[in-house]
Amino acid sequence: MLRVLRNRRTRGYVIQAAVLAASLLLTLSFVLTARDNLVSQGIATGFGFLDRSTGWPINFSIIEATDRSPYSRMLLAGFLNTILVGLAGLACATCVGLAVGLMRVSSNLILNVLGTVFVETFRNVPLILQVIFWYAILTHMPSPRAAIDLAGLGFLSNRGLMLAAPAWSALDLAIIALSIIAALFAAHRFGGTRPLAPWGLALAGIVALSVVLLFLGHEPEMPLISLPELRGLRFVGGVTIKPEFSALLIAIMAFGGAYIGEIVRGGFLSVDKGRLEAARALGLSNAQINRFIRIPLAIRAMLPALTNQYVWLMKATTLGIAIGYPDYFMVVSTSINQSGQTMELLLLLMVGFLLINYTISGTMNWINGRLAIKGRS
Amino acid sequence: MPGGALSRPPPAMAGRLHQLRKRLFSNWFDGIVTLLAGAALVSIVVNLVDWAFLNAVWSEADVSQCREVSGACWSVIDARGRLVLFGLYPFDQHWRSTLACLIIVITMILSCLPALWGIKRLSALWIAGFGTFVVLMYGGIFGLSVVTTEQWGGLSLTVFIFAGVIVLGMPMAVGLALARRSKLPVIHWLAAIFIDTVRSLPLLTILFAAAVVVPFVVPQWAQGDKLGRVVVAFAIFYAAYQAEIIRAGIQSIPSGQEEAAQALGMNYRSVVLDIILPQAFRNTLPSTINQVVITFKETSIVTIIGFFDVTASASAAVGRGEWGAYYIEIYVFVALIYFVFVFGLSRYGAYLERRTRLHHG
Repeated sequence: MLRVLRNRRTRGYVIQAAVLAASLLLTLSFVLTARDNLVSQGIATGFGFLDRSTGWPINFSIIEATDRSPYSRMLLAGFLNTILVGLAGLACATCVGLAVGLMRVSSNLILNVLGTVFVETFRNVPLILQVIFWYAILTHMPSPRAAIDLAGLGFLSNRGLMLAAPAWSALDLAIIALSIIAALFAAHRFGGTRPLAPWGLALAGIVALSVVLLFLGHEPEMPLISLPELRGLRFVGGVTIKPEFSALLIAIMAFGGAYIGEIVRGGFLSVDKGRLEAARALGLSNAQINRFIRIPLAIRAMLPALTNQYVWLMKATTLGIAIGYPDYFMVVSTSINQSGQTMELLLLLMVGFLLINYTISGTMNWINGRLAIKGRS
Repeated sequence: MPGGALSRPPPAMAGRLHQLRKRLFSNWFDGIVTLLAGAALVSIVVNLVDWAFLNAVWSEADVSQCREVSGACWSVIDARGRLVLFGLYPFDQHWRSTLACLIIVITMILSCLPALWGIKRLSALWIAGFGTFVVLMYGGIFGLSVVTTEQWGGLSLTVFIFAGVIVLGMPMAVGLALARRSKLPVIHWLAAIFIDTVRSLPLLTILFAAAVVVPFVVPQWAQGDKLGRVVVAFAIFYAAYQAEIIRAGIQSIPSGQEEAAQALGMNYRSVVLDIILPQAFRNTLPSTINQVVITFKETSIVTIIGFFDVTASASAAVGRGEWGAYYIEIYVFVALIYFVFVFGLSRYGAYLERRTRLHHG
């Protein structure tokens, strides 16, 4: 027996069989214990519970979800909330990160200092502490009666940020969409050879067309923009951004911005100095060097790290549960508490996050592939 | 610069001034940017100093004084600092919690010394440090009274989770990295699937599963207490990330070295422990430190699943009562605690990175 094990190939097979058997046994024991527990608690397995109504509400959703909605609808609402705050957070964090990164690579000393202070402050404090901090600040704002007036654009109170919102009908939206298409077509058709001109033309065209069409096609008694107004103890009209959402967004923006700032800085620093000197020697102006050499090369160097950061930030939206933002994870964990369908819900949770992560990394890899320098590699 | 390039360089002082001028006012646009950004910087600094120092109350814990000033009320730290640092740990035993934290800090500082870099020495150091920490905190021997983990809280709970995750996670990470590099297909694929699944899930969901779901699928006798389960789950999460770092380090070693070692008749254990791992760790030291830093920050996530770590106790300290209005001061205090740990560690990582870059030319 021992002599058989001395043969390297046989030993390999034995080890593999043992490991496989052990992991199968472990899984089997999990399943059996779970089944015993389910039977003793009288819970039926399977996804039948998705059609039952939940009996509990969530405080924020972009689709209609009340305490009478079924679990499937509630889970979808949570999933959309995750995507909403995630995409908004990624967009804001990227803008902040770009600004901070550029500040850190600029030749201006004071911009360097400001960028460094930003990065070191927001990167070195846990995200969840920042989320809780901003939430505390936002919920300590004055009550709606004493709300802070933001120069006519909206109000800030402990119930959230009330903003003026466009009150556009489907017809208005269709008009805007049509004018954008028309302007893009015009830019494409009559643009000429100068690279920036068609875009300026298109932008001007969109604005002019939209304004004209909106005023022509609009019913006179309906206002174009709905403003928030104080009625009694609360605000009516406009759009209300809840403090849960804003706090999570601000925290992701600052924390993600600091990390993305470092990625942007790394990208710019990675550009080979020789190439910049070569460009200067060829007589390119500073603006041309930035546009044709430095920025394209820096973006290519940033993309892989940026993909990881995006996936990380998207997963970090689960921290919203600390302040009661009903994201996918919070809806799933409340459902587990309420329905007891632990295994099924955990599976849905995993599938949801795998879906989000692979979509992000797939998209970023596609962009990476499109941007990669063709030819030699 | 025709002609001038060969002339004598200007005196050092003028050179520095010239450099400064070039970095602040190289052209009119730069000048405007400098003025605007400078104004922003000055106003931030002035307001901060005004709030934190000039108008602040530093005296003993007395709320009435704080109501009269516009600045920070640092008395709240005096009043609630113990709650933040020690949580529900018995009041007369606070010295144990302090000492335990100090021991881990000393262990961390010691492991930054290159003289102690070796697999055996570092393992011994951390097992000793972590063991002493647990004995001090839990008690039960040497005449120390028993303090169960439900009573642990504040900074020492944060430090315990952090140290536990590193001590358990590092060997797991080595195991996973080697398993993923294994030539046996079953081992390789199981490790790969495990690592990729764990990495694609948020930490919070894994900790949640450990706290809530494990009692459901694991027989009673194997469950352990909630804190233990969460630390093990966190360690698995850390190990999945660290394993990929180690794997990258292993791949950066030329394969000739492994072959040479085998040709010399060294066995697998010896090849891994004496040839592969030391180099793999040295090559990936900056990313390892980065991962450790991230882990320290992420210990704060246990707040959500009901542990009383330093973040949770900060919220509890300002939850209600007369000090509730001074929540900013408490959060700034806790943020500073994290900042000191994290900033110190990441500076050290940056120093190491510069050093290795210099050594490699």
